[in-house]
Amino acid sequence: MSKPVVATTSLAGCFGCHMSLLDIDERILDLIELVEFNKSPIDDIKVFTKQCDIGLIEGGCCNSENVEVLRAFRKQCKILVSLGECAIMGGLPALRNGIPIKECIDEAYLNGPTVSENTEKILPNDDELPMLLDKVYPCHEVVKIDYYLPGCPPRADLIWNALIALVTGDEMELPYEVVKFD
Amino acid sequence: MSEKIKFTIDGKECYAEPGQTILEAALDNGVYIPSLCYLKDVIPAGSCRICNVKVAGRFMTACTTPVAMGMEVENDIPELNELRVSIIEMLFVSGNHFCPACEKSGNCELQALAYKYTMMVPRYPYLFPEKKPDSGNKKLFIDRNRCILCKRCIRAVKDEQGRSLFAFKNRGNELAISLDHELAENISDELAEEAMEICPVGSILKKEKGFQQPIGHRKFDKQAIGSDIKSVIK
Ligand code: SF4
Ligand code: SF4
Repeated sequence: MSKPVVATTSLAGCFGCHMSLLDIDERILDLIELVEFNKSPIDDIKVFTKQCDIGLIEGGCCNSENVEVLRAFRKQCKILVSLGECAIMGGLPALRNGIPIKECIDEAYLNGPTVSENTEKILPNDDELPMLLDKVYPCHEVVKIDYYLPGCPPRADLIWNALIALVTGDEMELPYEVVKFD
Repeated sequence: MSEKIKFTIDGKECYAEPGQTILEAALDNGVYIPSLCYLKDVIPAGSCRICNVKVAGRFMTACTTPVAMGMEVENDIPELNELRVSIIEMLFVSGNHFCPACEKSGNCELQALAYKYTMMVPRYPYLFPEKKPDSGNKKLFIDRNRCILCKRCIRAVKDEQGRSLFAFKNRGNELAISLDHELAENISDELAEEAMEICPVGSILKKEKGFQQPIGHRKFDKQAIGSDIKSVIK
């Protein structure tokens, strides 16, 4: 039987969730025996080369590219998992949700205390750049998400237990210490 | 000594003093009934509804209902726990709870209840409401994004003359906690500290205090809320 295929991505996240995945330490050796990785920053495969079983999504959706990538993951993966606070509820990027987008951009590129070089008052306007969304959206408000692993980042044991449960089909172990929101 | 009132919680025999509420009596008998707005020795508000129990098929808040002789209280049953989780989820989506950046994280009772019930995600859509914090006081910072409107501060944070430092303003959706800036102008460090303790969440903060205990050493990192209430055999 071929191994289950895992894909991962970081949308509006900080890569902390991916770091936490690496925090499973030497169990990573067991993991690569159990599963095969496809599109993921971990193996640097940039495009899907096959249908995947499990997609791990770090980060919420703050721009049009995030939405596109998330939709592609939904198409390519049988099971999608929101990994971490940002995927689940927008996380720290969503702190901007109460502030009009124009104000955010002006603060970042014109008025912020660290802005010094932008004398021509240029705002990012290249067609290549993804459009910012009005708000940062939790992933499950954009596509259907099957499972949620909270934490900032989710504890390595939580990610490990979830992957093992998904691969074996056994019920997931959820000790009190591993489900935390920070 | 007055006669004790005999009653049961989930079939366990318990005894209450006359006039005691179900919640207080439960604690005395070593039974944990989850709550958020309840504070020991303070007039109950019955506002959060987490302590809802079932008596004779009806829901009632354990913090406001006095025990009656022979009462059969249902507490730790799936139906009630499901309702409690639902309230907790609503509290999470109706505020702005960014736990990773919150001073109260690890010591927060709302978060601790979510942990107790293994809440992985609220079932309701996040509202991201606009709430204005108040940083006008020298010692206190009020972050309304996290306020769950439990009225603990209104009932328990008072000056030497018994005047409340906090009050509600507005109505309905706009209801918000507000600090009386005149009364609180010269608030002592102790009272400011106490106010932060009294708030179950991270809405009342003492300025320049926060993130003092490392992750792993905070109140609810390893121990579930209520797990210190041990069953007593009487
Ligand atoms: S008040 Fe509690 S639930 Fe809200 S952000 Fe802070 S720790 Fe999280
Ligand atoms: S500020 Fe804290 S104590 Fe006061 S009503 Fe809000 S949550 Fe309750």
